[in-house]
Amino acid sequence: MDVLGNLAMGMGVALTPLNLGLCLIGALVGTMIGVLPGLGPIATIAMLLPLTFSLDATGALIMLAGIYYGAQYGGSTTAILVNMPGETSSVVTTLDGHQMARQGRAGAALGIAALGSFFAGCVATLAVAILGPILASVAKEFGAPEYFALMVLGLVGATVLASGSIVKAVAMIILGLLLGAVGSDIETGTPRMTFDIPQLADGINFTVLAIGLFGVAEIIRNLENPEERGVLGAKIRGLLPTWQDIKTSAAPVLRGTFLGSVLGILPGNGAVLAPYASYTLEKKIAREPQRFGRGAVEGVAGPEAANNAGAQTSFIPLLTLGIPPNPVMALMVGAMTIQGIIPGPQVMDTNPQLFWGMIASMWLGNAMLVVINLPMIGLWVRLLMVPYRLLYPAILLFCCIGVFTVNNSYVDVLGVAFFGLVGYGLTKFGFEPAPLMLAFVLGPLMEENLRRSLLISRGDPMVFLNRPISLGLLLVAAALLLLVVMPSVKKRRKEAFQE
Amino acid sequence: MTFRSIALAAVGLSVLAGPAMAQNYPTRPVTMVVPFAAGGPTDTVARLIAQSMSQTLGQQVVVENVGGAGGTLGAGRVAKAEPDGYTVLLHHIGQATSATLYRKLPYKTLEDFQTVGLVTDVPMTIVARKDFPAKDMKELVEYVKANKDKVTLANAGVGSASHLCGMLFQDAIKTQLTTVPYKGTGPAMNDLVGSQVDLMCDQTTNTTGQIKGNAIKAYAVTTKDRLASLGDLPTVAEAGLAGMTVGVWHGVYAPKGTPAPVVEKLSGALQTALADQTVIARFAELGTTPEPKERATPAAHDQHLRAEIARWKPIIEAAGTFAD
Repeated sequence: MDVLGNLAMGMGVALTPLNLGLCLIGALVGTMIGVLPGLGPIATIAMLLPLTFSLDATGALIMLAGIYYGAQYGGSTTAILVNMPGETSSVVTTLDGHQMARQGRAGAALGIAALGSFFAGCVATLAVAILGPILASVAKEFGAPEYFALMVLGLVGATVLASGSIVKAVAMIILGLLLGAVGSDIETGTPRMTFDIPQLADGINFTVLAIGLFGVAEIIRNLENPEERGVLGAKIRGLLPTWQDIKTSAAPVLRGTFLGSVLGILPGNGAVLAPYASYTLEKKIAREPQRFGRGAVEGVAGPEAANNAGAQTSFIPLLTLGIPPNPVMALMVGAMTIQGIIPGPQVMDTNPQLFWGMIASMWLGNAMLVVINLPMIGLWVRLLMVPYRLLYPAILLFCCIGVFTVNNSYVDVLGVAFFGLVGYGLTKFGFEPAPLMLAFVLGPLMEENLRRSLLISRGDPMVFLNRPISLGLLLVAAALLLLVVMPSVKKRRKEAFQE
Repeated sequence: MTFRSIALAAVGLSVLAGPAMAQNYPTRPVTMVVPFAAGGPTDTVARLIAQSMSQTLGQQVVVENVGGAGGTLGAGRVAKAEPDGYTVLLHHIGQATSATLYRKLPYKTLEDFQTVGLVTDVPMTIVARKDFPAKDMKELVEYVKANKDKVTLANAGVGSASHLCGMLFQDAIKTQLTTVPYKGTGPAMNDLVGSQVDLMCDQTTNTTGQIKGNAIKAYAVTTKDRLASLGDLPTVAEAGLAGMTVGVWHGVYAPKGTPAPVVEKLSGALQTALADQTVIARFAELGTTPEPKERATPAAHDQHLRAEIARWKPIIEAAGTFAD
């Protein structure tokens, strides 16, 4: 296939003034909603869907795609500044990004996030253009057993997210799994732990849990010491990352880009794992892993790159197979059908303008995002100078609006308040919410794929070991588990001998 | 003033205001609740007709997605809404099947809603993975009966259109298969395309692209007549499964007690929308057609709803799967 020729045609489509403008609007709107905690791309794209009726299909999709990756950029801003992850993908960024902000290095964290994302976005766009069609057919080999094994690996990795006690991290993982089990049983429809509350029939909403456990809990914690101004405990040191930061981040960004690109291709929403996987990897291979969770720049650079790479390559299943890997992509499918394009493997041949135009616009969008975001860093950091007593009611208000828009449900807003209190309690006792969130996201996926594998294999558990990909992933998980458990076992033995 | 007296005064006012309001209706935007996520097939149908209805009514018809619990959360919200015509529901076949599928429904399907009119009947297709051995419907039925322990039937979760169609298929061929539920059509279609599961029955909105792209195999459409978009595909009756004629029909509902002039106005706007050339063209691309004028009326819709509840009740009860 003549990739260069196709890309040139795509550039021709994306560079028309109208499409360029739509791309810019998308990136701007995306950044804005990413910055508002709680208001995610799903709600925004749903609200903007009617606006796209009057546009042509390519323009409409370019704008919606811009919103999507713009929101991924913007989401890290709130994660870093106010410890508020609006998206699954930015949970990891809170760990070290917010610590950096507390040390007065918010600008550096934001800068590294933007540059890392840009690099990852460029590489992933190329990957989509060159390898997309081939990779998509490989990804189809991923069935339920493979996804199950992948989720097991992710969950084992979750213990690494904790910077404190492993036992407490395991406790949080189990709590996360339990929370993830709330809702209707996927096979029988039987409600589980819903207490006859109809709003719980589909489980607890991710945004509700994340905003509550991270954001609201953080606000309560900051308000404990009214003298101290929350994030501004430390003086702001420099608005941009130092040369040292960039050098330290280069390798993590490369690794993150690779991990994110690979996981994003999986049609079963593998992209959710990307930032977690990158964080786990960076912490495992770091010379001083104890720096992680205390403001390590690698802990921001790697996951941010992975996240953005995954966001780009998750277009591959949509564009080449017509299958949406996550709710945002499902909305894109909706936008396509309204425009009269039936998503499917034939789109690439029947609408090459759309396919290549979108790919070209991804690169343009990423470039625009850096241009929009780098000058904004100063503004964001200055936002932290706003007295906290004025800042926090605004944050709370935006949270409530954002959460309400997800399902138009006031019960969700009450849920945020509830989980805010829970999150405050947890941190008071030294439990970290990040492993809980990962388990909450992975638990239902893992259960679903476990049961589906066994349904298809008629209850034969060997299905996980007979398939090479699944076996390989499970072996890596076992090895990782050993790595995590061994040091603490050894230590305990030593202690026992000393006594 | 106590709360009760305020409430009484409010009730009194609204009773007085009732007839006058009905005449001027609508004076503010109308909310059309879609009980499913934005971007899905039902949402697409809603947005297409809402746009045309806005022009006729002279007020914006705003689509609001209230997803969850198989569409019953959104339906429940409309059932309890003020019966003034400013909150309406666009629901599909699930409105009829949830009456049996959910034993603890927070509303009464026949008593809490006022039917406004039928919108469209989206056809379903019986499809299989690309390398499935059966050539046509006859071979499919034979193969499935001979290998009923091996064949897997995917669906998009309890209460989804594909779940209903799958139940009907098993009922029609008198054979129980292993059903593999997914969370939504996307992942189910993914596993069908990847040959991880064998069969599925789903709406043309989801399958047409994959059939035309030769990613999956199709055996029949569940309509009475062949479809223009998939002309080679026989109907279920032609293929020997006459009892399987089924469609994902959509209808508009208002809360019970909505004044008759308001219902009439809504119904009229719906009929205008269904005759709108853009709507017809878009519907055709989705592989469906708008209902004719005489079906987009409260009476025809009510009759259809009752018939469908009666049709599905024994099938769902025999399958023994309930959503609560």
